Amino acid sequence: MSDSILPLAARNLRYEVNGTVLIDDLSISVVPGSFTVVLGPNGAGKSLLLRLLHGLIVPTSGKIDWSVGAELRGRTLRQRQAMVFQRPVLLRRSVEANVRYALKWQGAGPGELKEAAESALHRAGLADRRRVPARLLSVGEQQRLVVARALAGKPDVLFLDEPTASLDPASVQQIESLLIEANAAGTAIVLVTHDIGQARRLGHEIAFVHRGRLVESGGAESFFSDPQSDAARAYLKGEIVV
Amino acid sequence: MGDIQAAFSLAANLILSGDADLFEIVGLSLSVSVTAVAIACAIGMTLGAVVAVTRFPGRGAIIVLLNALMGLPPVVVGLAVYLMLSRAGPLGVLGLLYTPTAMIIAQTILVTPVVAALTRQVVEDLHREYDEALKSLGVRGLGLVRTLLWDARYSLITVALAGFGRAVAEVGAVIIVGGNIDHLTRMMTTAIALETSKGNLALALGLGIVLVGISLVVNGAVSGLGGVAGRSRNV
Repeated sequence: MSDSILPLAARNLRYEVNGTVLIDDLSISVVPGSFTVVLGPNGAGKSLLLRLLHGLIVPTSGKIDWSVGAELRGRTLRQRQAMVFQRPVLLRRSVEANVRYALKWQGAGPGELKEAAESALHRAGLADRRRVPARLLSVGEQQRLVVARALAGKPDVLFLDEPTASLDPASVQQIESLLIEANAAGTAIVLVTHDIGQARRLGHEIAFVHRGRLVESGGAESFFSDPQSDAARAYLKGEIVV
Repeated sequence: MGDIQAAFSLAANLILSGDADLFEIVGLSLSVSVTAVAIACAIGMTLGAVVAVTRFPGRGAIIVLLNALMGLPPVVVGLAVYLMLSRAGPLGVLGLLYTPTAMIIAQTILVTPVVAALTRQVVEDLHREYDEALKSLGVRGLGLVRTLLWDARYSLITVALAGFGRAVAEVGAVIIVGGNIDHLTRMMTTAIALETSKGNLALALGLGIVLVGISLVVNGAVSGLGGVAGRSRNV
């Protein structure tokens, strides 16, 4: 993993919109091969945190440091990370064309493109549907395709914003096994979820966010057995946390 | 009523007998309008998509201008092109006045704002949906414009049709810059105008029926195409 863009260190992130502070003095790091689940009540700033880390929005202050030299910033940084959104965004093209499009922008050459697309489709169980217009797939299949597309270029880190929030259990399971497989192959994963069960199943590390701050973070086991903060305790008990 | 009946039988006669003059006029109309729409799409779709995805000072004004230009009166465009191309005009040396090329220029000017304004709207809506996903992939610049134009292709067919409708039905511009010269620049619409003023109502109506028929056939053919591809249009 010597050429990985990880570890990522975000320090003292602050993000305001019209004077309202949405992310406040938040520091977090992502190391190679980790599986971090970001938990927290609605409106805590979990999705914003992902967008800040992924570079879709720019923090008002604070620093996001990737482990790449200045000469490799920009394109390389984009190509080595990927993100999956809550609602699947698919191009109005075939299943296969969607995967190929992403691979091309991730810098895959013609030779590796074919192979990478093929293996992504197989992993997602969509090989026999490659010619179908992507938007004719069921919602579960669509999200599977989006995850497979994001993973096709073997990114160093994958961000996911509640990828299974509106899916049936079978689809959730398929996507979770895609994530476990990718993580085992070396991709670090940062997953935002509302599903505490999912966090228990998948997370190695937990980051608990409340009111734009990182209230608690650490190993999953200790977090679930012995949460340190009042907010996390209340959240895990299923109470409404404001 | 007599006129209308006579018009229909005349129209049927003209078409079925393969009237050479009629087919010449129809052929010229189609080739001028199709060429103009093709050029207008190349310019207008690129322009519309670029305006849709970029933010710059004065962008709002450009959008207002494009929308307003959709209603550009054909005679005014005809007059402007006439002034440019006439012997005394800046482009007079090209000798283009009263040629099919002059009519193509005029129709291109008429249709480009329609295509640009509608494309801007279509592409902007699509961009809103794709924005974060494409940013995440690092898609920018020309690649972004190309991606959006391709993915909006089914809506853009309708945009091109709207442009074709405007071009093929227009009479004011082509009659000024083309001159309605028999066997040279006589179009469907100019021929109808001429026959009407000569009192030759049946022939004028017959031509009108053919013109409407062409519009129907073109739109039907395209929507048939769209129907095949349309499965993925709005899903």
